Amino acid sequence: METTLKEYTYTPAKLHRGYANKSLYINVGDLSVIEKEVTEFMKEKFVGGKGFDLWYLWNAVTPETKWDSPENEIVMSAGPLGALTQYSGTGKTLVAAISPMTGIPIDSNAGGYFGPLLKLSGWDALELQGKAEKDVVIFIDGNKGVIRFEEGEEYPEDTHLLAEALTEHFAEDEADKVNVAVVCTGSAAKHGYMGMLNFSFYDPRRKTCRYKQAARGGLGTILRDKKIKALVVRFKGVTGNSNDVADLATINKIGIKYHKEMHDLDEKQNRMRTIGTANTVMVMNRYDLLPTRNFQTGGDPETYRIAPEVFVNHFLTQGIHDGCWYGCTMSCAKCADNFLLTSGPYAGSRVTVDGPEYECVAGLGSNLGIFDPQAILEENFYCDTYGIDLISFATGMAFVMECVQRGQITRENLGGLDLRFGNKDAVLELMHMMSRGEGFGKIAGLGIRRLKKIFVEEFGADEKLLNDIGMENKGLEYSEYCHKESLAQQGGFAMTNKGPQHDEAWLIFMDMVNNQIPTFEDKAYALHYYPMFRTWFGLCGLCKLPWNDIVPADNYKTDTPAKVPEHVQNYVDIFNAVTGKSIDKEELVRQSERVYNFQRVFNLRMGHGKRNEDYPPYRSCGPVSAEEYLSRLSLYDGQLREKQGLDPEKMSLDEKIAKTRAYRLDQYEQLMDAVYRRRGWTMDGVPLPEHLREIGMDLPEVLEVVEKHL
Amino acid sequence: MIKVNTRDHAWHEGLTVRGLLDEEQFIFRHIIVRVNGEYVAEDDYAKAVIADGDDVMVLHLIAGG
Repeated sequence: METTLKEYTYTPAKLHRGYANKSLYINVGDLSVIEKEVTEFMKEKFVGGKGFDLWYLWNAVTPETKWDSPENEIVMSAGPLGALTQYSGTGKTLVAAISPMTGIPIDSNAGGYFGPLLKLSGWDALELQGKAEKDVVIFIDGNKGVIRFEEGEEYPEDTHLLAEALTEHFAEDEADKVNVAVVCTGSAAKHGYMGMLNFSFYDPRRKTCRYKQAARGGLGTILRDKKIKALVVRFKGVTGNSNDVADLATINKIGIKYHKEMHDLDEKQNRMRTIGTANTVMVMNRYDLLPTRNFQTGGDPETYRIAPEVFVNHFLTQGIHDGCWYGCTMSCAKCADNFLLTSGPYAGSRVTVDGPEYECVAGLGSNLGIFDPQAILEENFYCDTYGIDLISFATGMAFVMECVQRGQITRENLGGLDLRFGNKDAVLELMHMMSRGEGFGKIAGLGIRRLKKIFVEEFGADEKLLNDIGMENKGLEYSEYCHKESLAQQGGFAMTNKGPQHDEAWLIFMDMVNNQIPTFEDKAYALHYYPMFRTWFGLCGLCKLPWNDIVPADNYKTDTPAKVPEHVQNYVDIFNAVTGKSIDKEELVRQSERVYNFQRVFNLRMGHGKRNEDYPPYRSCGPVSAEEYLSRLSLYDGQLREKQGLDPEKMSLDEKIAKTRAYRLDQYEQLMDAVYRRRGWTMDGVPLPEHLREIGMDLPEVLEVVEKHL
Repeated sequence: MIKVNTRDHAWHEGLTVRGLLDEEQFIFRHIIVRVNGEYVAEDDYAKAVIADGDDVMVLHLIAGG
């Protein structure tokens, strides 16, 4: 099938202390290849992973660069701790690009084998620039030192077919398939802006490819715009010391202790090994946090139909290792085998569905008013194979459904699609239309920000209402938590660099239930520490889940159990043991703070990144509608009494909603002030030069951008 | 009256930690309970009696995906 367009040979670098010290640049426009040195400066300032991604991206683009400009890059990197095998969660690939959704840098990450195998093939990072004329497959053979460009037109588009075909094509034999990893998207990625990237790993027990996703921000859309059909890496020879670490004994010792924790405690704690991240669905429902019907409420009596036990008992295969990289005993990448599809082009096929993860059940389930596990799994499958970011799709379609519910748009406006809450058939049909690029499927993937404009300008919808209920910030859709009773999480979503994704901060229980951060200063501390700490996972190639989805048995004895101090120390010790450096937990945060502020300045450089873009839609902060207010009547009336000294008995419902709104928006303003102060930013959200100097991110080009905004 | 996570909660004779968790519907599995700063082990929830005026902390150890 293949036609080789070009072949490039190289000498694979040997890793030393976590780095290959080389990165790979590919321009798919002219098929040029450049080997670059990874400098000590890069390691000192950006560490790796997302840090390297952002640094290369900064140097590739200009303030005028758009997502579809040829110079926009997709950059990938594993990080210095990537490809370890002794500790859980060491196989992440971090990806960045200028996003079609937001116009600013997006970063997203995925498990699967690509990032670690890329690094073991001699590359700390991969830059993809330019645009090909025809579909191209890029193959990197890390054993032979070959980079080959092949024509990709003849391969299928959808991931579950494409990745299987490429794995078959590039593996030397059946046993070699575990050494092949594919990055690709699907047929819907070229219709809209929310195309995502699938990262494969071959499952030898099931004899099929499995997938993890770098889903946010339209990375798959960019991949298809560049006409890159897929990236494939092959590397055979993963060992326990592929990174040539400084102190293997320490890493082994920490790993053994951690795996024992996992073995002894997971079943008592979060059951990640049994159900994965979907273990929290009923918890979220009980605590009024499960987004339901476009975040209008935080739960529903029907949620028991999509409870974790339903998936465990009826769909998910148990007793098979489900780690998405070697050595991960958390093993949370669950899947449903032999799942029979009932709709679309693959109806009648039996497939393996990766998931469902929490975001899938909450987003494609409750938030769309769908309480049908079979439908959720089918939606999950089609999002994956079509290359659709399920969070943006789910939150976006929840918005569309509420627009229908409130009479803002009609079925006719949607080309006849009956997108009412709960209509699973219409949701699946929309996915198929997105795959084919037909009807409403041509614009559904543009995202809420653009849909709002279309609905207002073309269908006469109420702009104010749409701005209130459209759950997007910076152009990116919110992930799946109904957080309007947690002021800290309102900031945790809207004061992010890339848009409202929960990987920066997830403070809802700490704030709303535990009441551990009652003051603005407490919340600001949390909105500094946690985003910085969690950014570090992305610098090093780590998964966040092993940090606190399992904790030591004596964690309760510590002063700060929410930080899981023993695991923080594990990370410090492992970093030092890999790199030979000598950081402490304060320097760990400082490493992140450099990159975090760099990304904030990057946003400024692209014409964004100020206070005016850190405001959430009001649905994030409080009750928009009368139904929402009435659903929590005693809570909201109580707050009018206690916090504002008002008598709700003497107020109309509209007055109560208005007073609640004014109060909550004022609280948010005060939170922004406190967070900006704590982060070392001006009240307009611009990092101060003295703060940048203090943290060591005072590069001339960074200061030059900042000074224009002071 | 007692405090639960610094908020007022009605107290009644014989209230135990288990009873309090049930009243509050704190169903999350992974929590830490402290009464007046003293840790209460899960095995002791049913027999740990809460007195009027006690300060109870129920920390849910959950921090999202």
